Amino acid sequence: MPDVSDFILKLQRRRIEGSHATARQTAELLRSVVSQTRMPYTNQAASLLDAVRAVGEQLIAANPVELAVGNIVRRVLHIIREEDLSSSAVSFEGLMISEKSDDEDDADQKGGPVLSAAAVAAAARSTLRPRSLQTLLEDGPLPAAPSKSSSAGDSEGKSKSDKSAVGKRLKHSVIEAINLLIEEIDDCYEDISEQAVEHIHQNEVILTLGRSKTVKEFLYAAKQKNRSFRVFVAEGAPRYQGHVLAKELIQKGLETTVITDSAIFAMISRVNMVIVGAHAIMANGGVIAPVGMNMLALAAQRHAVPFVVVAGSHKLCPLYPHNPEVLLNELKSPSDLIDFGEFSDCMDFGAHGGAPLMHVVNPTFDYVPPNLVSLFITDTGGHNAAHMYKLIADYYSADDLVIKRKSTSSN
Amino acid sequence: MDLRRPNRPVIGPKVRQVGFVTPDSAAATSSSSIPAVSAAAAASAGSPPSSLSPVMIPPPRHPSTEMSNPHFHPVGSYNPSEQILGSPPALSPSRSSRFDADGSDFGGDDDESVALSGVGGGMTPKSSLLMCQPVTKTAPLVSETRKRDSNASKGKGEGPSAAPKEKLTKAERRATQEAQRAAKAAAKEAAAAGGAPSVSKQPKPATKPATQQKKDIPSGSGPLQPLAPSGSIEKKQGKKEVAAPHPRMQFDDMTKVGKLKKRAVVNQSEARNRVELFRHLPQYEHGTQLPDLESKFFQLDLIHPSVYQVGLQFLSDKISGGNARCIAMLLAFKEVIQDYTTPPEKTLTRDLGAKVGSCVSFLIECRPLSVSMGNAIRFLKNRISSLPHNLSDKEAKSRLQSDIDRFINEKIIIASKAIVEHGVSKIRDGDVLLTYGSPSVVESIFAYAHGIKKNFRVVVVDSRPKHEGQGLLRRLVERGIHCTYTHLNAVSYVMHEVTRVFLGASSVLSNGTVYSRVGTACVAMVAHAFRVPVLVCCEAYKFHERVQLDSICSNELGDPDAISKVSGRKDLNYLDGWAQNENIQLLNLKYDATPSDYVSVLVTEQGMLPPTSVPVIIREYGIERLWT
Repeated sequence: MPDVSDFILKLQRRRIEGSHATARQTAELLRSVVSQTRMPYTNQAASLLDAVRAVGEQLIAANPVELAVGNIVRRVLHIIREEDLSSSAVSFEGLMISEKSDDEDDADQKGGPVLSAAAVAAAARSTLRPRSLQTLLEDGPLPAAPSKSSSAGDSEGKSKSDKSAVGKRLKHSVIEAINLLIEEIDDCYEDISEQAVEHIHQNEVILTLGRSKTVKEFLYAAKQKNRSFRVFVAEGAPRYQGHVLAKELIQKGLETTVITDSAIFAMISRVNMVIVGAHAIMANGGVIAPVGMNMLALAAQRHAVPFVVVAGSHKLCPLYPHNPEVLLNELKSPSDLIDFGEFSDCMDFGAHGGAPLMHVVNPTFDYVPPNLVSLFITDTGGHNAAHMYKLIADYYSADDLVIKRKSTSSN
Repeated sequence: MDLRRPNRPVIGPKVRQVGFVTPDSAAATSSSSIPAVSAAAAASAGSPPSSLSPVMIPPPRHPSTEMSNPHFHPVGSYNPSEQILGSPPALSPSRSSRFDADGSDFGGDDDESVALSGVGGGMTPKSSLLMCQPVTKTAPLVSETRKRDSNASKGKGEGPSAAPKEKLTKAERRATQEAQRAAKAAAKEAAAAGGAPSVSKQPKPATKPATQQKKDIPSGSGPLQPLAPSGSIEKKQGKKEVAAPHPRMQFDDMTKVGKLKKRAVVNQSEARNRVELFRHLPQYEHGTQLPDLESKFFQLDLIHPSVYQVGLQFLSDKISGGNARCIAMLLAFKEVIQDYTTPPEKTLTRDLGAKVGSCVSFLIECRPLSVSMGNAIRFLKNRISSLPHNLSDKEAKSRLQSDIDRFINEKIIIASKAIVEHGVSKIRDGDVLLTYGSPSVVESIFAYAHGIKKNFRVVVVDSRPKHEGQGLLRRLVERGIHCTYTHLNAVSYVMHEVTRVFLGASSVLSNGTVYSRVGTACVAMVAHAFRVPVLVCCEAYKFHERVQLDSICSNELGDPDAISKVSGRKDLNYLDGWAQNENIQLLNLKYDATPSDYVSVLVTEQGMLPPTSVPVIIREYGIERLWT
């Protein structure tokens, strides 16, 4: 598939900036993957899962730091499981279950995030979970596929014509659901910024660092509700996206003060609330965020200033971080920090036994541990850091957490 | 405090001085004769017998010092070496007066003298009033010195202006002096009556001593006047009242700003988008003053060219860093003193003090003083005012110049050597040392440690907009030290591997707060969070008895345009033309205050101390430091 390799190249070369764009494009790509997958007569869900997983593995490998890719791949896998479950449930005659799946379909159609998430979670808990647990015990690393095949096998046993209809319906409904997912990714700003007025009061002083579109929309929304407040923007070296944000904010008439990152500690004592965006939210409630955020969070904690992270649900990552400062980080070019021409003589590899005396470190991300975060605001409302794992369980199925090992074992 | 006040005029400076001007042995015996003082205290006080002798117990700065006095002596005794550096016994008589003078003068350097600089510090009018009597007595002496001056000062600065006045007779001169004094006194009283209510910020403690002095001094001082340098007497009176540091200039106080504007040499235009939170600080448009000032070069006859040069260098940030600025200023003052000749009808102590005061206020206009500079100025003014009257101009000048040299040498150069030795003892092989910005002392610690073949690595953390760390990085790499360079935001990334954090300080305040280059607090905070020890290296002459809790009440603002432009990044032009939009402000803070709990240890030439010991150092060596 040409667009897959194209997208992989883009990811590898870091051409796609921001988790929102990445998430959206990943979802679109997976939609086309799903639609182009040839459906076999038997075991359709498993073949879909395999196809998506194979592509997903390559995408994740292309940019392992961009966690949104993995999130979306897992979301799509979860969607396939859910749809398969509901379609097979429909093919059964059990009244309770079909009702439940109708309910779930409705919720998905509406795209109401809270309801759908809750319903999906309920469905997953009532039907999927016991079976997958059982298979987990039986089959170890291959839990999902056999369960799917058994359910598909059941429906296959009924009649062939019925089965092919179910197959078409499965693919169709998966694509529908992915469309909803894309819609949800696009709409997350609105859902989040709707909550702005609940958190920003009159005359508030808000500090943010760098630029996040979510934060911008959040502040805009509060401004539109005629709250007047003041924003300090830390510029966020070395990308200086804070300048962009400041420019955007003043266009909406927000009173904005740009400060250097070094002045964060000095200014935070006069700030009522810190609102920042995130790169990804890990399952433990820790946040992967643009560099400098840990410093800001520590300063906020010191002065007991609420540290609020706003992020769309596509940034929720079901993985637990281990040594995230190093493993989920990316070192960029030193040219952001120093001038090559000026320091070229210091970077001479020949001079000091092969290793230069000077190293320049330019990391992209920071890890903010969950205890420093006061509140997460996602499109499903506000959450505590300790509650993130539960939220994540609603969006992902436990079988998909490890995509790579799964596919290597199946290959 | 109030209880003590009535006593002081009685004990008075004269009584003490009579006691001490007689041989030093008297002081020693008197100290041993008082049982209340512990033996240790006496011993510690021994080397400069005056410093802690019971009669001379340094007046408490706060009411609470009485309570802590017992604790005061042991602390002094643990560093006898410092006392050797300290004042020679011969200087003891006016010690206490010095002490007070610094209190009053210091406020002056920072802001007060901006308002009062024309007359050379807040005390001048009073002193001139009080001097009526003694001047008549010492008139022959003055005339003698003046003759010598006029001979010595051919062709120098004030030579021509002094020449015509020489022809006046003594009587005429006296008459004019009396008239001037009367005028000044009248003006002062008018100001006290009319000015005080209008200027709401007028500090209470400052006004009280003024009235008190007027009453006290004429009564007792007449006969004793020739014995004691008159300049120190009335200053001694104000000592305890001025114990608290003067409030700084608040730039949101319109009346004071108006006064300041009138006498300002540098015409700074106010920045358009001022940050509301920092109304109390001067927010000028940067880059506008320089051409203006350059054109004024030939009109500024009051300002000595070397001071002028240093001022311009401050203004254009050619010289930065606490030590560098302080040394540059002192060297400029040295030249001022070199070229100084006492005008005919004036005394050197007062006139030179005024001259230095006007130079200082010029420097303040160029850039607000750092605490280190304030302390140095305090020192210099004390030296000037404590000069014996019978010195010839030449002697006085050479004495002052050697004083300045000694200050630079002992308080800055030798002190930083001592700090280097202390600091190096905390570097082990395999350490990864982090520093922020470009502190000069820390740099020499690294250089020295590298010189003695310690094996370590340095992480240089830098920040916008000045990127001072790049200079440090270059110098360290040239020495062959392994360096890692990064920006402030990445400090939590590099902190994992760091074993020690070495920071510099612009000053250390009495509550342990470290006032330093903006961003230092962030580094210290992150280090604290990662359980990495933070060593703040700072010479003791940068300590100050002021206290501060946040970085907002007193700070310095840099050029906001430096924020909108990112050097080497032409593509970042989002904030071009920001001044047109009234909704946006750019804030370029220069300093921040690091809370003392982030500081593991303060490395000073006195040793390594916890930040809680800062007030002790200030009290013990604050006096002494003015005496070196």
